[in-house]
Parts: sequence; C-alpha cells; structure tokens
Amino acid sequence: MHGSAEMDDSTSLLEQVNQALESATPLRIQGANSKAFLGRVTAGEILDTRSHRGIVTYDPTELVITVRCGTPLAELKQVLDAAQQMLPCEPPAFADDATVGGMIACGLSGPRRPWSGSVRDFVLGTRVITGLGKHLRFGGEVMKNVAGYDLSRLMAGSYGTLGLITEVSLKVLPKPRQALSISLEMNAERALLRLAEWGQQPLPISAACHDGLHLHLRLEGGEGSVAAAHDRLGGERLDAAYWADLNEQRLSFFDEDQPLWRLSLPGNTPRLSLPGRQLIDWAGAQRWLKSDAEASFIRQVVEEVGGHVTCYSHGLSDSPFQPLPEALMRYHRNLKQQLDPQGIFNPGRLYAEL
Amino acid sequence: MNILYDERVDGALPDVDKHALLQALRMQMPELEILHQQEELKPYECDGLSAYRTTPMLVVLPREIAQVQGVLRLCHEHRVAVVARGAGTGLSGGALPLEKGVLLVMARFNQILHIDPAARTARVQPGVRNLAISQAAAPFGLYYAPDPSSQIACSIGGNVAENAGGVHCLKYGLTVHNLLKVDILTVEGEHLTLGSDALDSPGLDLLALFTGSEGMLGVIIEVTVKLLPKPQSAKVLLAAFDSVEKAGRAVGDIIAAGIIPGGLEMMDNLAIRAAEDFIHAGYPVEAEAILLCELDGVEADVHDDCDRVRQVLEQAGATEVRLAKDEAERVRFWAGRKNAFPAVGRLSADYYCMDGTIPRRELPGVLKAIADLSAEYGLRVANVFHAGDGNMHPLILFDANQPGELDRAEALGGKILELCVKVGGSITGEHGVGREKINQMCAQFNSDELTLFHAIKAAFDPSGLLNPGKNIPTLHRCAEFGAMHVHAGQLPFPDLERF
Ligand SMILES: Cc1cc2nc3c(=O)[nH]c(=O)nc-3n(C[C@H](O)[C@H](O)[C@H](O)COP(=O)(O)OP(=O)(O)OC[C@H]3O[C@@H](n4cnc5c(N)ncnc54)[C@H](O)[C@@H]3O)c2cc1C
Repeated sequence: MHGSAEMDDSTSLLEQVNQALESATPLRIQGANSKAFLGRVTAGEILDTRSHRGIVTYDPTELVITVRCGTPLAELKQVLDAAQQMLPCEPPAFADDATVGGMIACGLSGPRRPWSGSVRDFVLGTRVITGLGKHLRFGGEVMKNVAGYDLSRLMAGSYGTLGLITEVSLKVLPKPRQALSISLEMNAERALLRLAEWGQQPLPISAACHDGLHLHLRLEGGEGSVAAAHDRLGGERLDAAYWADLNEQRLSFFDEDQPLWRLSLPGNTPRLSLPGRQLIDWAGAQRWLKSDAEASFIRQVVEEVGGHVTCYSHGLSDSPFQPLPEALMRYHRNLKQQLDPQGIFNPGRLYAEL
Repeated sequence: MNILYDERVDGALPDVDKHALLQALRMQMPELEILHQQEELKPYECDGLSAYRTTPMLVVLPREIAQVQGVLRLCHEHRVAVVARGAGTGLSGGALPLEKGVLLVMARFNQILHIDPAARTARVQPGVRNLAISQAAAPFGLYYAPDPSSQIACSIGGNVAENAGGVHCLKYGLTVHNLLKVDILTVEGEHLTLGSDALDSPGLDLLALFTGSEGMLGVIIEVTVKLLPKPQSAKVLLAAFDSVEKAGRAVGDIIAAGIIPGGLEMMDNLAIRAAEDFIHAGYPVEAEAILLCELDGVEADVHDDCDRVRQVLEQAGATEVRLAKDEAERVRFWAGRKNAFPAVGRLSADYYCMDGTIPRRELPGVLKAIADLSAEYGLRVANVFHAGDGNMHPLILFDANQPGELDRAEALGGKILELCVKVGGSITGEHGVGREKINQMCAQFNSDELTLFHAIKAAFDPSGLLNPGKNIPTLHRCAEFGAMHVHAGQLPFPDLERF
C-alpha cells in the first residue's frame, strides 16, 4: 500500500549489532547522513538504517502512525498529507532523503514547536535494539501509556547513543483548517514585547520569527479565529514557503560564512547583545546566531540568562553541545553504561564521555 | 497473588533498627517532624488504593528541602528503603509504605514559588495541589492544563511521578507535555536539575525519563510547569446513544472530521445512572452510553466546531444531542463525569478502578469482552472512558466484606488489563503500575524489556532503596505469576510472549 520499497530488515540490523558487540566494534548509526554535521565527529563502522523502511501501520482516526527508521521523512509527510494530517512539530529534514530514525535521534523541531510541542512530545512508542543485543519494544500505539519507564521519549534527541531505534509510533494531528502568514514591521525589542503579551492571550499564532526588520507570524486554526486575528494584527501577507525556508535553513541569513550557533532560551528573554547577526525564532525561545565570537563567550552570555548553546558548524567545537554540570554528567554516564555497556552506539557523538 | 511486598519474590529488604534510625534522625534534624507510634502511623498505611495497607516503620514530614536531603542521606547510609508520598491520592498503590521503610511525605511543600506571566510558567513546590496552580495563575488569564479528576487534592509532585492525565489530554497533553523543569534529589541526596527554563536542554532527556517514574529514580523537590492562556470559550455537547458501539464509532468520526476536542469522554449506562443519582447533572438515564464533547478555543471556531460535531454525532446515530446552554450547565455536565468514581462508589460497598488503554477502534470488542467477564465473575462493571485517547476506566463493584469478593474483583481486573495488552494497548494510561499492576507488567513486557527497566533503575539507584517493589516486577515475580496462570489451567493469551 505504501510503496514498493517497504521492507522489514530488522533481523539483519540485529545481526549487525550483535556482531559489533561480539567484536567490540563501535557503530556509527546513519540514515541519509543529513544531520551528520550535528554533534561530535565519531569513528566507527557505519550501520546504514535505510534498508529497514516503510510505514508499518497508519489509521488516521487513531491519530497514530508507526514507521520504520529508514523510511524517508518525505514519505512520512506525503502519507500524512494524503489524509490531511501532519506531524505538528515540523521536524526539519536538511536533505531530501532524510530518514525518520535520524529525525527521532536528533529530536529537532520546527517553527511550530513552542505551541505544538517537540518531536519527543509526539513519540508514543519505539522499538530499539539495545546494547545487550536485544530488539525490544517500549511504549506503544496508544495515546496514554505509563507502564514502566518512558524509554521511548528518552530516545528522542539521544543522537543514537543509547541504542538503535528501529521503529517509532508517533501521534499525528489533523491539519488546521486555515493558515495565513503575515509580516509586521517592527524592531526586535518591540517584537519580543508584543510576543510576550500575545502569548498570554488565546491567539492562534503557530510560528513567530523576527529577522531584524520584520516580525513574521503564522496564524493557524479555524476560519473564524484566523480571520479575527488577522483583522486585529494587520500586516502584509507573507508567502507560507517562508516557514519551510526558515526550518530548512535556506534563508539568506544562513548563507553567510560565519559559524552558526543555536541559542535555546527561557521564554521572555530580552534581546541578547552578542557580536554577529541574530535571527529570532520560536517567539524568542530559539535564536540563531552567526558569529565569530568565542564559544566560551557565547555560552557564558546565554548561560547567565538560563539558556544553552549548540554549535551548528561542524567540527568547529569539540563540544558542540553545551557541557553538562558534573553531577548530571555522572548520571548520563551511568545510564550509558547500563544501556550500552560496551559503548558501541555512536560513542562520543553527544559528549566525549558518552 | 497478594500484592503486598513479598521479600521472597520482590527481593530481600535490609533489616532496620527502628530505634537507632529514629535516634539518628532526631540527632541530625531536631526540627524534623517524625511519626513513629502505631496510632500516628495508621493514617499513612495506604494511598487511594485503600484495599492494600502496610504500616510504615516511620513517617517523616519535612518542611525544608534540607531535611529531605538529610533524610535521604541518612537512610542511604543506614540502608533504609524510602517511599515518597505526595497527597496519597494515587490509585495504584505507588505510595504504599513498607514495614521496613520510611515514608517521606512531601505534602507540606505547598508553596507556589513564582508565577511568570510573560514567560507563562509557574515554579512550585512538589506538594502544591494541581488545582492550586491554575487558581494562582487565573488572575493572569492563564492555567495549568492537565486536570486529573483528583485535582483538588493531588499534588504536582505526584502528578509528575505518575505522568498524570485528565479529561483534556488529547488536545493539551499529559503532565510530561506541560513541564519545563524538575528538580530532584537522588537516593543519595544529590541535587539534579532536569530540563530548564528553555524549551530544551543539553544532554539526554532525563526529564522525560523521570516523568512517570513513580518515585523510583529520585525525589521531586521542585517543578516548573508551562501555563496556557485560558481558552476564550468552551462549550460542551452531550450526546446520547442507544448502544456503546455507536458511541465508540462516533468518537472516531469526530476525529475523522479533523476536530480535536478539548475533552471527549464516554460513560456507559451504569455510570450514567450512578452519576445522575449523585450529581443530578441532567444526564439521560435511559441511554446506553453518553459522550461529552468539549470544544474550546476562540469563540468563532468553537461555534463552527459545535455545528460540525453536532452533525457528526447525529449522523453517527445519537438519539439526542444537547449543547450545555450556559456555563452553569457546562460545569454540571463535567461535574457528573468528574465525580463518576465516587458516584459509582455509592452503588456498592467497594469499587476497584482500572486504567487500561486501547486503540480506540478496539472499543466495541473490548467492551463486549468486559461485559462477558463481568457476567463470568458475577461482579458489576461500570465504564467511564477518556474516549478521545483510548483510556478506559472500568469500575468493578464488589464488597470486600464478602469472602472472596476482593480476590474476584482483582482477578477480573487482571483479566481486563491483559485484554488491553492483547489488543495492542497498555495496562495503565495514567494511574501508574505501583503495586497494583505489578503482575500485569509481566504480560505487557518480556524479560529482556524488564531487564532494561532494571538497568535504568540501577543507573540512578543501584542499591534499590527508592520505592522498592513498585512499577517494575522482578523476573522472579513474573516467573511465579506466569506459573500461577498455567496452574489455574488457562493461560489467558497463549500467543503472548511469556517466560
Ligand atoms: C477520585 C480520583 C480520581 C482520579 N483521577 C485521576 C485522573 O483523572 N487522572 C490521573 O492521572 N490520575 C487520577 N487519579 C490518581 C491520582 O490522583 C494521581 O495519580 C496523582 O498524580 C497522584 O498524586 P498524589 O500527590 O496523590 O501522589 P501519591 O499518591 O502520594 O503518590 C503517587 C506516586 O508518586 C510518588 N511521589 C509522590 N510525590 C513524590 C515526590 N515529591 N517525589 C517523587 N515521587 C513522588 C509516590 O511514591 C507514588 O509512587 C485519581 C485519583 C482519585 C482518588
């Protein structure tokens, strides 16, 4: 039903993991390699997930889709599109052939994130090949499930360091009936103030980005609420393609040569003064910085306001993710040690010690 | 099989010199309130699952986080098991004490520390009641979305520990979706901050792992939740059906129409009658099932959606569709549902509340099977159902004073949960495993999966002193549980993986 490329290759994936365990060979799990630029450079034998692909089950009225890890994200979106549904967290692909497994492992979300929730918020269940050489199932295809520890959501954003995600069940939602994007001319300070104010009101905002000159907003909901919000806010119409360009980092802002940093900040953080240029997304909670400033300096400024920084320029920093406090790192190590005692899954991708 | 802690199958617990521990606690923390006499301990011997009781060795009631830290350190040093307790409304025996353990009551930490309307967050102590957060946020037009029916009593710490849900989960998510940051103390009393004030944090998502971990991985000492702007408008439709199957199908039809209601609840005839008797909500007592469908949001959208849903319901064969005519009626419609448990409780000496989840399409078959089991065991079952997200609450009516009835209720409950697993669901949607469903965990997970759960526990609490015996069964217990089923001559689902 969902294309001829469907194939359950989990037996072979399990075999590869077991061989790696036997020979103590570290593995570099990879789909389309579209997000290889994120995280630390890791060595290891490549384990390609793309042979294990296809939609396993999808029943639109249950609002759940189960997909194998090697399935292209584009295929997932297409199938949902056809049923007028979507993955609300809008994960970026960064390549035409990006896979679902990579999307879960990196856990990146798009412009709708502050309103809809993140990738992990839509994970209902996973199948995972563990460092003990077993293919296991956690969570499931139901909306609510609190039996046992929540390993499924833990997998989201783990960068493949805890095991090989072979399958995932995701909550999906109907697409909004109406969507409309607008641009308002105002400076960043004012935009942040307005966003904080609007955030306390029931407005149907589902994306908010400030590019230095304009505040771009997406309104989504029923016909009535979108029209009313448009009447109230005014502004110029904006092509909806803007949001995909922002999400996939195709805006000219991202072209400049300087290193790219991602700043994740508490709600209502004022404009931060840092060398370089900034693009404000997620109504202020995520900011992109193009800057030659030292990592330690950027981190210090951001840490002071309760946020954290990720380096998006590959190889620039030996610790692209913000270093963890010592105690927290100890428990990360314990967890890695318990779930992947031989350290074969993407060793060092997240942190040198993991 | 008794669910009270059984050292033979649940693992030996260290013996404790109660007197020495009491002395040490008093020495180190003279201000700490400690209960140690039989009559003082009694009120703490159970949580909301009152059929099961154990008297704790000691109860401590700290008022300062430093005292919690002191208790944990001392207990760790003396190798004493610690069971955390919030408000004690849990329905799975998660806060059931241990004879050889200290019960750590977090209820006195009831301060709302900070509400930040611009950031839409509330930072609160773990003992704050769920509803108190929304009340404190109300002056800013904000509220905390997850609303368990126990919200006037249950604590946010308990909500985090159980990943509590409510009647608005399908649209607004569970506890895990509405948290930013949780501060915990490990079993050794070490402070960790999980999550942050930003929308994500570096490293692994330990916040997700800790949510729903039932006090097994750490003690929650502070919680930062997200707040949402109050919907401008909320309307409730009540639809009556002459069969539960039709009501079940109507739920799928609403979703298929592209509408996600704020709340979508179903009750069967026994539950309707009980609620009507108790609350006088105006429910149609002749109906085989009713659906309550709440639509909330911006006025104009709510109005349109009400029309759409009404059409869908009528097409699905509703015998009556009623829109709550004003706020008072809307509140009454919900009061009937939110009081369904105590209402059913009036029909019978005791009731036992189940919490299985299923894919919604399985509803008609599962309800039929429950009716058959009810007849087989000779116990009435009322059904209350978070229909939108497939979370069933069959309520088994029994009388604990009749010899054998509790055992029968328990056995019937176990059967229902195994049925949920069989159709691809889960043994618990929101109440947690606790002690209650410890045996059914053996049906939902195989030994390798359970082994991995134990590995996670070992990463945070290698000596197993935090809430031992809850949530994850030992392989030994599962082996016995499996054997018991075979002995009874009828392995319920031979196609399920067993060991
Ligand atoms: C009438 C009724 C209706 C209910 N309706 C719902 C409902 O709609 N949805 C729902 O999800 N639940 C419901 N419940 C169940 C219960 O209210 C929830 O599970 C609630 O989250 C428990 O909170 P509590 O503070 O009472 O926790 P307790 O019962 O005290 O403890 C529950 C668990 O949390 C742990 N715990 C408590 N505090 C901490 C802490 N600070 N740190 C670490 N661990 C801790 C305990 O060890 C235990 O395992 C209902 C209960 C009743 C009696």
